Amino acid sequence: MANSANDRAGPGAGESGATETFNMSFTLNGAPVSRRVPLDARLLDVLRYDCACPGTKEGCGEGECGACSVILDGLLVNSCLVPAFQAAGRVVTTVESVAADVASALNVTGTSQCGACTPGIVMSIRWLLERPEIASNVDLREFLSGNLCRCTGYDGVVAGAEAALTLRGIPMRGVARPGPGDRGGSRP
Amino acid sequence: MMLADSASRGEPVTPIAGGTDVMVSWHHRAKDKLTLLDLSRVRELAVMEWTGVGDGASLTLGGLTTYWDVMQSREAAAAYPLLAEAARQVGAVQIQTRGTWAGNVGNGSPAADGVPVLMAYDATVTLASVRGRREVRLDEYFTGYRKSVRAADELIVAIRLPPPTWGVQWFHKVGARRAQAITKVGVAMVRRAVVSGQMSVTRGHAIPAPSASRRSAVVGERASGAPDAAGSWRVVANSVAPTVVRCRMLESALDSGRIFTRPDEIESLLAGDISPIDDMRSTAVYRRRVLARLIYHRLAQSA
Ligand SMILES: Cc1cc2nc3c(=O)[nH]c(=O)nc-3n(C[C@H](O)[C@H](O)[C@H](O)COP(=O)(O)OP(=O)(O)OC[C@H]3O[C@@H](n4cnc5c(N)ncnc54)[C@H](O)[C@@H]3O)c2cc1C
Ligand code: FES
Ligand code: FES
Repeated sequence: MANSANDRAGPGAGESGATETFNMSFTLNGAPVSRRVPLDARLLDVLRYDCACPGTKEGCGEGECGACSVILDGLLVNSCLVPAFQAAGRVVTTVESVAADVASALNVTGTSQCGACTPGIVMSIRWLLERPEIASNVDLREFLSGNLCRCTGYDGVVAGAEAALTLRGIPMRGVARPGPGDRGGSRP
Repeated sequence: MMLADSASRGEPVTPIAGGTDVMVSWHHRAKDKLTLLDLSRVRELAVMEWTGVGDGASLTLGGLTTYWDVMQSREAAAAYPLLAEAARQVGAVQIQTRGTWAGNVGNGSPAADGVPVLMAYDATVTLASVRGRREVRLDEYFTGYRKSVRAADELIVAIRLPPPTWGVQWFHKVGARRAQAITKVGVAMVRRAVVSGQMSVTRGHAIPAPSASRRSAVVGERASGAPDAAGSWRVVANSVAPTVVRCRMLESALDSGRIFTRPDEIESLLAGDISPIDDMRSTAVYRRRVLARLIYHRLAQSA
Protein backbone atom coordinates (compact mmCIF):
# COMPACT_ATOMS: atom_id res chain seq x y z
CA MET A 1 0.00 0.00 0.00
CA ALA A 2 1.24 3.44 -0.84
CA ASN A 3 2.43 5.49 2.08
CA SER A 4 1.60 8.78 0.60
CA ALA A 5 -1.03 10.07 -1.68
CA ASN A 6 1.72 11.81 -3.58
CA ASP A 7 3.61 8.76 -4.68
CA ARG A 8 0.64 6.97 -6.14
CA ALA A 9 -0.14 7.05 -9.79
CA GLY A 10 -3.78 6.46 -10.41
CA PRO A 11 -6.71 7.12 -12.61
CA GLY A 12 -5.88 10.24 -14.53
CA ALA A 13 -2.13 9.61 -14.27
CA GLY A 14 -0.47 10.85 -17.43
CA GLU A 15 2.06 8.96 -19.54
CA SER A 16 4.89 10.37 -17.44
CA GLY A 17 3.36 8.81 -14.35
CA ALA A 18 2.67 12.23 -12.86
CA THR A 19 -0.60 12.24 -11.01
CA GLU A 20 -3.16 14.87 -11.82
CA THR A 21 -4.00 17.12 -8.95
CA PHE A 22 -6.82 19.40 -7.97
CA ASN A 23 -7.24 22.16 -5.47
CA MET A 24 -9.27 21.01 -2.52
CA SER A 25 -10.79 23.41 -0.01
CA PHE A 26 -12.72 22.18 2.97
CA THR A 27 -13.26 22.87 6.65
CA LEU A 28 -11.01 20.84 8.92
CA ASN A 29 -11.68 20.88 12.65
CA GLY A 30 -13.36 24.25 12.33
CA ALA A 31 -10.76 26.00 10.16
CA PRO A 32 -10.76 26.46 6.41
CA VAL A 33 -7.96 24.64 4.60
CA SER A 34 -6.94 24.49 0.98
CA ARG A 35 -4.51 21.96 -0.51
CA ARG A 36 -3.47 20.77 -3.93
CA VAL A 37 -3.93 17.01 -3.80
CA PRO A 38 -3.88 14.09 -6.24
CA LEU A 39 -7.14 13.48 -8.02
CA ASP A 40 -7.18 9.89 -6.79
CA ALA A 41 -6.36 10.67 -3.15
CA ARG A 42 -8.62 9.36 -0.45
CA LEU A 43 -9.81 11.70 2.29
CA LEU A 44 -7.63 9.62 4.64
CA ASP A 45 -4.49 10.44 2.61
CA VAL A 46 -5.28 14.14 2.49
CA LEU A 47 -5.74 14.30 6.25
CA ARG A 48 -2.60 12.36 7.08
CA TYR A 49 -0.16 13.55 4.46
CA ASP A 50 -1.37 16.93 3.30
CA CYS A 51 -2.98 18.33 6.43
CA ALA A 52 -0.63 17.12 9.18
CA CYS A 53 -3.44 15.27 10.93
CA PRO A 54 -1.91 11.81 11.35
CA GLY A 55 -4.25 10.92 14.22
CA THR A 56 -6.61 9.31 11.72
CA LYS A 57 -5.13 5.83 11.19
CA GLU A 58 -5.15 3.42 8.30
CA GLY A 59 -5.82 -0.13 9.44
CA CYS A 60 -7.36 -2.11 6.62
CA GLY A 61 -7.94 0.49 3.92
CA GLU A 62 -11.12 -1.38 3.01
CA GLY A 63 -13.83 -0.09 5.31
CA GLU A 64 -13.66 -2.98 7.77
CA CYS A 65 -11.75 -1.72 10.80
CA GLY A 66 -12.93 1.83 11.47
CA ALA A 67 -9.44 3.10 12.44
CA CYS A 68 -9.87 5.87 9.85
CA SER A 69 -13.27 7.07 11.14
CA VAL A 70 -13.92 10.82 10.84
CA ILE A 71 -17.04 12.95 10.89
CA LEU A 72 -17.92 14.26 7.42
CA ASP A 73 -20.75 16.79 7.18
CA GLY A 74 -22.19 15.45 10.43
CA LEU A 75 -21.93 11.77 9.56
CA LEU A 76 -19.53 9.15 10.88
CA VAL A 77 -17.65 7.71 7.90
CA ASN A 78 -14.57 5.67 7.04
CA SER A 79 -12.17 8.17 5.47
CA CYS A 80 -10.40 5.36 3.56
CA LEU A 81 -13.56 4.94 1.48
CA VAL A 82 -14.13 8.62 0.74
CA PRO A 83 -12.49 9.90 -2.44
CA ALA A 84 -11.02 13.29 -1.53
CA PHE A 85 -12.97 15.07 -4.28
CA GLN A 86 -16.21 14.11 -2.54
CA ALA A 87 -15.07 15.87 0.63
CA ALA A 88 -14.21 19.14 -1.12
CA GLY A 89 -16.30 22.01 0.23
CA ARG A 90 -17.46 19.93 3.16
CA VAL A 91 -16.86 19.89 6.91
CA VAL A 92 -14.47 17.31 8.36
CA THR A 93 -13.78 16.62 12.03
CA THR A 94 -10.86 14.44 13.09
CA VAL A 95 -9.51 13.04 16.33
CA GLU A 96 -7.13 16.00 16.62
CA SER A 97 -10.04 18.05 17.89
CA VAL A 98 -11.10 15.74 20.69
CA ALA A 99 -11.86 17.44 23.98
CA ALA A 100 -9.62 16.69 26.95
CA ASP A 101 -12.45 15.61 29.25
CA VAL A 102 -13.57 12.98 26.76
CA ALA A 103 -10.02 11.73 26.27
CA SER A 104 -9.53 11.31 29.99
CA ALA A 105 -12.89 9.52 30.42
CA LEU A 106 -11.69 7.04 27.82
CA ASN A 107 -8.25 6.68 29.36
CA VAL A 108 -9.48 5.63 32.78
CA THR A 109 -11.83 2.94 31.48
CA GLY A 110 -9.35 0.83 29.49
CA THR A 111 -10.71 1.96 26.16
CA SER A 112 -7.19 2.04 24.81
CA GLN A 113 -4.48 -0.59 25.04
CA CYS A 114 -2.06 -0.58 22.10
CA GLY A 115 -4.04 2.37 20.78
CA ALA A 116 -4.16 1.40 17.11
CA CYS A 117 -7.94 1.44 17.02
CA THR A 118 -8.37 4.24 19.53
CA PRO A 119 -8.63 7.27 17.22
CA GLY A 120 -11.45 5.59 15.31
CA ILE A 121 -13.22 4.58 18.50
CA VAL A 122 -12.86 8.10 19.87
CA MET A 123 -14.48 9.44 16.71
CA SER A 124 -17.39 7.00 16.99
CA ILE A 125 -17.94 8.14 20.58
CA ARG A 126 -17.50 11.78 19.56
CA TRP A 127 -20.31 11.35 17.10
CA LEU A 128 -22.62 10.16 19.87
CA LEU A 129 -21.66 13.19 21.95
CA GLU A 130 -22.64 15.43 19.04
CA ARG A 131 -25.83 13.52 18.27
CA PRO A 132 -27.45 12.61 21.61
CA GLU A 133 -30.60 11.45 19.81
CA ILE A 134 -28.54 8.63 18.34
CA ALA A 135 -26.99 7.70 21.68
CA SER A 136 -30.38 7.22 23.24
CA ASN A 137 -31.56 4.98 20.39
CA VAL A 138 -28.72 2.57 19.76
CA ASP A 139 -27.20 -0.35 21.52
CA LEU A 140 -23.61 0.73 22.19
CA ARG A 141 -22.12 -2.64 21.26
CA GLU A 142 -23.88 -2.67 17.94
CA PHE A 143 -23.01 0.97 17.36
CA LEU A 144 -19.30 0.31 17.92
CA SER A 145 -19.24 -2.78 15.70
CA GLY A 146 -17.58 -0.83 12.89
CA ASN A 147 -14.48 -0.32 15.03
CA LEU A 148 -12.29 -3.40 15.31
CA CYS A 149 -9.89 -3.78 18.22
CA ARG A 150 -7.35 -6.57 18.74
CA CYS A 151 -6.62 -5.76 22.35
CA THR A 152 -9.43 -4.71 24.62
CA GLY A 153 -12.12 -7.36 24.29
CA TYR A 154 -14.44 -4.38 23.89
CA ASP A 155 -15.68 -4.23 27.47
CA GLY A 156 -13.31 -1.33 28.10
CA VAL A 157 -14.45 0.32 24.90
CA VAL A 158 -18.10 0.10 25.88
CA ALA A 159 -17.29 1.29 29.40
CA GLY A 160 -15.39 4.22 27.87
CA ALA A 161 -18.35 5.15 25.71
CA GLU A 162 -20.67 4.97 28.73
CA ALA A 163 -18.28 7.11 30.78
CA ALA A 164 -17.97 9.74 28.05
CA LEU A 165 -21.74 9.93 27.58
CA THR A 166 -22.36 10.12 31.32
CA LEU A 167 -19.77 12.88 31.63
CA ARG A 168 -21.73 14.95 29.14
CA GLY A 169 -25.07 14.03 30.71
CA ILE A 170 -26.28 12.20 27.61
CA PRO A 171 -28.90 9.50 28.21
CA MET A 172 -28.22 6.16 26.55
CA ARG A 173 -30.28 3.13 25.72
CA GLY A 174 -28.02 0.72 27.52
CA VAL A 175 -25.90 -2.18 26.44
CA ALA A 176 -26.98 -5.69 25.56
CA ARG A 177 -24.95 -8.20 27.49
CA PRO A 178 -24.12 -11.45 25.73
CA GLY A 179 -26.90 -13.99 26.31
CA PRO A 180 -26.44 -17.71 27.05
CA GLY A 181 -27.16 -18.65 23.43
CA ASP A 182 -24.49 -16.31 22.13
CA ARG A 183 -21.27 -18.16 21.88
CA GLY A 184 -18.52 -15.64 22.35
CA GLY A 185 -21.54 -13.41 22.19
CA SER A 186 -20.42 -9.86 22.36
CA ARG A 187 -20.91 -7.65 19.39
CA PRO A 188 -18.63 -6.62 17.66
CA MET B 1 -24.79 14.83 -19.76
CA MET B 2 -21.30 13.62 -19.15
CA LEU B 3 -22.27 9.97 -18.79
CA ALA B 4 -23.94 10.05 -22.18
CA ASP B 5 -20.94 11.77 -23.80
CA SER B 6 -18.49 9.26 -22.40
CA ALA B 7 -20.69 6.33 -23.23
CA SER B 8 -21.06 7.54 -26.80
CA ARG B 9 -17.27 7.76 -27.08
CA GLY B 10 -17.11 4.19 -25.83
CA GLU B 11 -15.31 5.12 -22.62
CA PRO B 12 -16.41 3.16 -19.62
CA VAL B 13 -17.52 5.48 -16.85
CA THR B 14 -18.16 4.29 -13.32
CA PRO B 15 -20.71 6.25 -11.32
CA ILE B 16 -19.74 6.65 -7.69
CA ALA B 17 -22.21 7.41 -4.91
CA GLY B 18 -21.14 6.38 -1.38
CA GLY B 19 -18.07 4.65 -2.75
CA THR B 20 -18.32 1.79 -0.25
CA ASP B 21 -18.04 -0.74 -3.04
CA VAL B 22 -15.98 1.26 -5.55
CA MET B 23 -13.34 2.43 -3.03
CA VAL B 24 -12.62 -0.98 -1.50
CA SER B 25 -10.29 -1.97 -4.32
CA TRP B 26 -9.00 1.60 -4.77
CA HIS B 27 -5.37 0.94 -4.04
CA HIS B 28 -5.27 -1.97 -6.45
CA ARG B 29 -6.65 0.30 -9.10
CA ALA B 30 -3.49 2.22 -9.98
CA LYS B 31 -3.34 1.09 -13.58
CA ASP B 32 -7.06 0.99 -14.30
CA LYS B 33 -7.43 4.61 -15.33
CA LEU B 34 -10.90 4.39 -13.98
CA THR B 35 -13.09 7.34 -14.92
CA LEU B 36 -15.42 8.13 -12.06
CA LEU B 37 -18.62 10.10 -12.32
CA ASP B 38 -19.35 11.65 -8.93
CA LEU B 39 -23.05 11.54 -8.13
CA SER B 40 -22.70 12.76 -4.55
CA ARG B 41 -23.53 16.38 -5.36
CA VAL B 42 -26.57 15.79 -7.50
CA ARG B 43 -29.26 17.24 -5.27
CA GLU B 44 -32.19 15.71 -7.13
CA LEU B 45 -30.90 12.24 -6.32
CA ALA B 46 -30.81 12.89 -2.60
CA VAL B 47 -34.51 13.09 -1.91
CA MET B 48 -36.55 10.36 -0.30
CA GLU B 49 -40.15 11.03 -1.22
CA TRP B 50 -43.67 9.95 -0.30
CA THR B 51 -46.40 9.85 -2.90
CA GLY B 52 -50.07 9.78 -1.94
CA VAL B 53 -51.60 10.05 1.48
CA GLY B 54 -52.47 7.86 4.42
CA ASP B 55 -52.42 4.11 3.95
CA GLY B 56 -52.04 4.44 0.19
CA ALA B 57 -48.82 6.42 0.46
CA SER B 58 -45.78 4.89 -1.17
CA LEU B 59 -42.08 5.58 -0.86
CA THR B 60 -39.51 6.52 -3.47
CA LEU B 61 -35.86 6.23 -2.50
CA GLY B 62 -33.62 8.67 -4.35
CA GLY B 63 -30.51 7.53 -6.16
CA LEU B 64 -28.46 8.77 -3.20
CA THR B 65 -30.69 7.57 -0.35
CA THR B 66 -28.48 5.79 2.18
CA TYR B 67 -29.17 3.01 4.66
CA TRP B 68 -28.81 5.59 7.40
CA ASP B 69 -31.46 7.84 5.80
CA VAL B 70 -33.96 4.98 6.00
CA MET B 71 -32.92 3.99 9.54
CA GLN B 72 -33.42 7.58 10.66
CA SER B 73 -36.85 7.93 9.07
CA ARG B 74 -39.57 6.76 11.44
CA GLU B 75 -42.09 6.80 8.62
CA ALA B 76 -39.99 4.68 6.28
CA ALA B 77 -39.11 2.18 9.00
CA ALA B 78 -42.74 1.89 10.09
CA ALA B 79 -44.14 1.41 6.59
CA TYR B 80 -41.35 -0.80 5.26
CA PRO B 81 -39.82 -2.44 8.32
CA LEU B 82 -37.61 -4.81 6.35
CA LEU B 83 -35.75 -1.86 4.83
CA ALA B 84 -34.74 -0.73 8.30
CA GLU B 85 -33.93 -4.30 9.38
CA ALA B 86 -31.70 -4.96 6.39
CA ALA B 87 -30.07 -1.52 6.69
CA ARG B 88 -29.04 -2.26 10.27
CA GLN B 89 -27.31 -5.40 9.07
CA VAL B 90 -25.30 -3.79 6.28
CA GLY B 91 -21.72 -3.36 7.47
CA ALA B 92 -21.66 -1.02 10.45
CA VAL B 93 -22.62 2.62 11.01
CA GLN B 94 -19.68 3.97 9.00
CA ILE B 95 -20.89 1.98 5.98
CA GLN B 96 -24.57 2.70 6.58
CA THR B 97 -24.02 6.47 6.52
CA ARG B 98 -22.40 6.32 3.07
CA GLY B 99 -23.77 3.22 1.34
CA THR B 100 -26.77 3.79 -0.91
CA TRP B 101 -29.62 1.50 -1.92
CA ALA B 102 -28.98 2.37 -5.57
CA GLY B 103 -25.30 1.48 -5.13
CA ASN B 104 -26.33 -1.88 -3.66
CA VAL B 105 -28.44 -2.52 -6.78
CA GLY B 106 -25.77 -1.01 -9.07
CA ASN B 107 -23.03 -3.17 -7.62
CA GLY B 108 -25.05 -6.27 -8.45
CA SER B 109 -23.55 -8.59 -5.86
CA PRO B 110 -25.52 -11.79 -5.25
CA ALA B 111 -24.74 -11.23 -1.55
CA ALA B 112 -26.35 -7.77 -1.45
CA ASP B 113 -28.59 -7.34 1.60
CA GLY B 114 -30.57 -4.33 0.41
CA VAL B 115 -31.69 -5.96 -2.83
CA PRO B 116 -33.67 -8.92 -1.35
CA VAL B 117 -35.89 -6.73 0.81
CA LEU B 118 -36.49 -4.26 -2.02
CA MET B 119 -37.37 -7.16 -4.32
CA ALA B 120 -39.67 -8.72 -1.75
CA TYR B 121 -41.53 -5.41 -1.61
CA ASP B 122 -41.97 -5.43 -5.43
CA ALA B 123 -39.67 -2.43 -5.91
CA THR B 124 -39.03 -0.92 -9.32
CA VAL B 125 -35.87 0.79 -10.52
CA THR B 126 -36.05 4.07 -12.44
CA LEU B 127 -33.26 4.33 -15.01
CA ALA B 128 -32.49 7.63 -16.69
CA SER B 129 -30.33 8.64 -19.64
CA VAL B 130 -30.44 11.29 -22.35
CA ARG B 131 -32.88 8.99 -24.10
CA GLY B 132 -35.34 9.43 -21.25
CA ARG B 133 -36.52 7.45 -18.27
CA ARG B 134 -37.71 3.91 -17.96
CA GLU B 135 -38.94 1.85 -15.11
CA VAL B 136 -37.81 -1.74 -14.60
CA ARG B 137 -39.09 -4.20 -12.02
CA LEU B 138 -36.23 -5.08 -9.69
CA ASP B 139 -37.04 -8.79 -10.05
CA GLU B 140 -36.37 -8.39 -13.79
CA TYR B 141 -33.33 -6.12 -13.41
CA PHE B 142 -30.51 -8.64 -12.99
CA THR B 143 -29.64 -10.78 -15.99
CA GLY B 144 -26.69 -12.74 -14.58
CA TYR B 145 -23.75 -12.51 -12.21
CA ARG B 146 -23.18 -8.76 -11.84
CA LYS B 147 -25.11 -8.22 -15.08
CA SER B 148 -28.22 -6.13 -15.45
CA VAL B 149 -30.52 -4.50 -17.97
CA ARG B 150 -28.93 -1.10 -17.19
CA ALA B 151 -27.26 0.41 -20.27
CA ALA B 152 -23.80 1.98 -19.85
CA ASP B 153 -25.21 5.49 -20.06
CA GLU B 154 -28.08 4.95 -17.65
CA LEU B 155 -28.19 5.99 -14.01
CA ILE B 156 -30.39 4.61 -11.29
CA VAL B 157 -32.20 7.77 -10.27
CA ALA B 158 -34.82 6.24 -8.00
CA ILE B 159 -36.10 3.05 -6.46
CA ARG B 160 -39.87 3.00 -6.04
CA LEU B 161 -41.80 0.91 -3.57
CA PRO B 162 -45.53 0.27 -3.95
CA PRO B 163 -47.76 1.18 -1.00
CA PRO B 164 -47.14 -1.15 1.93
CA THR B 165 -49.75 -3.90 1.91
CA TRP B 166 -47.90 -6.73 3.52
CA GLY B 167 -48.71 -9.07 6.33
CA VAL B 168 -45.80 -11.38 6.98
CA GLN B 169 -42.54 -9.49 6.68
CA TRP B 170 -39.34 -11.18 7.63
CA PHE B 171 -35.63 -10.82 6.83
CA HIS B 172 -32.83 -12.97 8.11
CA LYS B 173 -29.12 -12.75 7.39
CA VAL B 174 -26.61 -15.47 8.21
CA GLY B 175 -23.00 -14.33 8.33
CA ALA B 176 -19.76 -15.46 9.94
CA ARG B 177 -20.23 -12.88 12.67
CA ARG B 178 -22.91 -10.42 13.58
CA ALA B 179 -21.37 -7.24 12.25
CA GLN B 180 -19.40 -6.46 9.10
CA ALA B 181 -19.90 -9.90 7.57
CA ILE B 182 -20.81 -10.76 4.02
CA THR B 183 -23.96 -12.85 3.84
CA LYS B 184 -23.60 -16.64 3.53
CA VAL B 185 -27.35 -17.11 3.20
CA GLY B 186 -30.05 -14.49 3.45
CA VAL B 187 -33.78 -14.44 2.90
CA ALA B 188 -36.57 -11.90 2.81
CA MET B 189 -40.12 -13.26 3.07
CA VAL B 190 -43.18 -11.15 2.56
CA ARG B 191 -46.81 -12.08 2.29
CA ARG B 192 -49.31 -9.58 1.06
CA ALA B 193 -52.13 -8.99 3.45
CA VAL B 194 -55.11 -9.67 1.24
CA VAL B 195 -58.47 -10.22 2.83
CA SER B 196 -61.39 -11.35 0.68
CA GLY B 197 -60.14 -9.72 -2.48
CA GLN B 198 -59.46 -6.46 -0.74
CA MET B 199 -56.03 -5.18 0.03
CA SER B 200 -55.77 -4.66 3.69
CA VAL B 201 -53.09 -2.39 4.88
CA THR B 202 -51.13 -3.07 8.00
CA ARG B 203 -49.41 0.08 9.03
CA GLY B 204 -47.90 1.91 11.90
CA HIS B 205 -46.34 -0.98 13.77
CA ALA B 206 -43.80 -0.22 16.36
CA ILE B 207 -40.38 -0.91 14.91
CA PRO B 208 -38.82 -3.78 16.82
CA ALA B 209 -36.45 -2.23 19.31
CA PRO B 210 -32.92 -2.57 18.04
CA SER B 211 -31.07 -5.06 20.15
CA ALA B 212 -27.93 -7.01 19.58
CA SER B 213 -29.55 -10.35 20.34
CA ARG B 214 -32.29 -10.09 17.76
CA ARG B 215 -31.44 -10.49 14.12
CA SER B 216 -34.69 -11.06 12.36
CA ALA B 217 -37.91 -9.17 12.43
CA VAL B 218 -41.41 -10.49 12.40
CA VAL B 219 -43.70 -7.60 11.87
CA GLY B 220 -47.31 -7.05 11.12
CA GLU B 221 -48.64 -10.60 11.18
CA ARG B 222 -52.11 -10.92 9.67
CA ALA B 223 -54.73 -13.54 9.20
CA SER B 224 -54.42 -15.22 5.83
CA GLY B 225 -56.77 -14.42 3.00
CA ALA B 226 -57.21 -15.38 -0.62
CA PRO B 227 -54.12 -14.53 -2.64
CA ASP B 228 -54.67 -12.05 -5.44
CA ALA B 229 -53.76 -12.75 -9.03
CA ALA B 230 -50.17 -11.63 -8.64
CA GLY B 231 -49.69 -14.13 -5.84
CA SER B 232 -49.29 -13.14 -2.25
CA TRP B 233 -45.92 -14.58 -1.29
CA ARG B 234 -42.50 -13.21 -2.03
CA VAL B 235 -39.51 -15.28 -1.03
CA VAL B 236 -36.23 -13.64 -2.06
CA ALA B 237 -32.85 -15.15 -1.23
CA ASN B 238 -29.32 -13.80 -1.46
CA SER B 239 -25.92 -15.54 -1.77
CA VAL B 240 -27.50 -18.70 -3.19
CA ALA B 241 -27.42 -17.97 -6.94
CA PRO B 242 -25.53 -15.74 -9.41
CA THR B 243 -27.97 -12.95 -8.54
CA VAL B 244 -30.31 -12.20 -5.69
CA VAL B 245 -33.25 -14.48 -6.60
CA ARG B 246 -36.98 -14.76 -6.15
CA CYS B 247 -37.79 -18.36 -5.27
CA ARG B 248 -40.77 -18.57 -7.57
CA MET B 249 -41.43 -22.30 -7.29
CA LEU B 250 -41.61 -22.01 -3.55
CA GLU B 251 -43.75 -18.89 -3.84
CA SER B 252 -46.32 -20.62 -6.02
CA ALA B 253 -46.40 -23.65 -3.74
CA LEU B 254 -47.09 -21.33 -0.82
CA ASP B 255 -49.67 -19.39 -2.81
CA SER B 256 -51.49 -22.63 -3.60
CA GLY B 257 -51.67 -23.35 0.10
CA ARG B 258 -49.16 -26.18 0.27
CA ILE B 259 -48.13 -27.09 3.80
CA PHE B 260 -44.62 -28.29 4.45
CA THR B 261 -44.11 -30.81 7.20
CA ARG B 262 -40.32 -31.15 6.94
CA PRO B 263 -37.53 -28.75 5.93
CA ASP B 264 -36.31 -31.31 3.34
CA GLU B 265 -39.50 -30.75 1.36
CA ILE B 266 -38.63 -27.07 1.05
CA GLU B 267 -35.05 -27.93 0.24
CA SER B 268 -36.01 -30.12 -2.71
CA LEU B 269 -38.50 -27.58 -4.00
CA LEU B 270 -35.84 -24.84 -3.75
CA ALA B 271 -33.55 -26.86 -6.03
CA GLY B 272 -35.48 -25.38 -8.95
CA ASP B 273 -35.04 -21.83 -7.68
CA ILE B 274 -31.48 -21.56 -6.39
CA SER B 275 -28.01 -22.72 -7.40
CA PRO B 276 -25.58 -22.12 -4.55
CA ILE B 277 -21.83 -22.43 -5.00
CA ASP B 278 -19.01 -23.53 -2.73
CA ASP B 279 -16.74 -20.62 -1.98
CA MET B 280 -14.50 -19.35 0.78
CA ARG B 281 -17.49 -18.27 2.83
CA SER B 282 -19.59 -21.38 2.70
CA THR B 283 -20.49 -24.63 0.95
CA ALA B 284 -23.40 -25.16 -1.40
CA VAL B 285 -24.82 -27.86 0.88
CA TYR B 286 -24.74 -25.52 3.88
CA ARG B 287 -26.40 -22.71 1.96
CA ARG B 288 -29.20 -24.99 0.68
CA ARG B 289 -29.87 -26.56 4.07
CA VAL B 290 -29.77 -23.34 6.02
CA LEU B 291 -32.02 -21.51 3.59
CA ALA B 292 -34.60 -24.33 3.67
CA ARG B 293 -34.53 -24.47 7.45
CA LEU B 294 -34.81 -20.71 7.89
CA ILE B 295 -37.89 -20.70 5.67
CA TYR B 296 -39.37 -23.82 7.27
CA HIS B 297 -39.08 -22.48 10.79
CA ARG B 298 -40.44 -19.10 9.81
CA LEU B 299 -43.46 -20.74 8.18
CA ALA B 300 -43.98 -23.02 11.18
CA GLN B 301 -44.02 -19.93 13.34
CA SER B 302 -46.91 -18.36 11.44
CA ALA B 303 -48.92 -21.58 10.96
C1 LIG C 1 -16.83 -2.94 5.25
C2 LIG C 1 -17.99 -3.10 4.30
C3 LIG C 1 -19.10 -3.82 4.70
C4 LIG C 1 -20.18 -3.97 3.83
N1 LIG C 1 -21.24 -4.72 4.26
C5 LIG C 1 -22.26 -4.94 3.42
C6 LIG C 1 -23.36 -5.73 3.84
O1 LIG C 1 -23.40 -6.22 4.98
N2 LIG C 1 -24.37 -5.94 2.95
C7 LIG C 1 -24.35 -5.40 1.70
O2 LIG C 1 -25.29 -5.60 0.94
N3 LIG C 1 -23.32 -4.63 1.28
C8 LIG C 1 -22.28 -4.40 2.10
N4 LIG C 1 -21.22 -3.64 1.67
C9 LIG C 1 -21.22 -3.14 0.28
C10 LIG C 1 -21.73 -1.72 0.08
O3 LIG C 1 -21.66 -0.97 1.26
C11 LIG C 1 -23.17 -1.68 -0.44
O4 LIG C 1 -23.29 -2.46 -1.61
C12 LIG C 1 -23.65 -0.25 -0.72
O5 LIG C 1 -25.05 -0.24 -0.86
C13 LIG C 1 -23.02 0.38 -1.94
O6 LIG C 1 -23.53 1.71 -2.08
P1 LIG C 1 -22.53 2.91 -2.46
O7 LIG C 1 -23.37 4.12 -2.66
O8 LIG C 1 -21.44 3.02 -1.49
O9 LIG C 1 -22.01 2.36 -3.86
P2 LIG C 1 -20.75 2.79 -4.73
O10 LIG C 1 -19.52 2.12 -4.23
O11 LIG C 1 -20.69 4.26 -4.94
O12 LIG C 1 -21.21 2.11 -6.09
C14 LIG C 1 -21.43 0.70 -6.16
C15 LIG C 1 -21.70 0.28 -7.62
O13 LIG C 1 -22.94 0.80 -8.08
C16 LIG C 1 -22.76 1.72 -9.14
N5 LIG C 1 -23.69 2.81 -8.85
C17 LIG C 1 -23.78 3.52 -7.69
N6 LIG C 1 -24.79 4.40 -7.75
C18 LIG C 1 -25.34 4.24 -8.99
C19 LIG C 1 -26.44 4.88 -9.66
N7 LIG C 1 -27.17 5.83 -9.06
N8 LIG C 1 -26.73 4.48 -10.91
C20 LIG C 1 -26.00 3.51 -11.52
N9 LIG C 1 -24.97 2.88 -10.95
C21 LIG C 1 -24.65 3.24 -9.69
C22 LIG C 1 -21.30 2.09 -9.12
O14 LIG C 1 -20.81 2.43 -10.40
C23 LIG C 1 -20.67 0.82 -8.59
O15 LIG C 1 -20.52 -0.13 -9.62
C24 LIG C 1 -20.13 -3.42 2.53
C25 LIG C 1 -19.02 -2.68 2.13
C26 LIG C 1 -17.96 -2.52 3.00
C27 LIG C 1 -16.77 -1.73 2.56
S1 FES D 1 -8.66 1.89 7.36
FE1 FES D 1 -10.61 2.63 6.89
S2 FES D 1 -11.87 1.19 7.79
FE2 FES D 1 -9.95 0.29 8.08
S1 FES E 1 -6.29 -1.09 21.68
FE1 FES E 1 -5.08 -2.29 20.39
S2 FES E 1 -6.31 -2.53 18.64
FE2 FES E 1 -7.63 -1.62 20.05
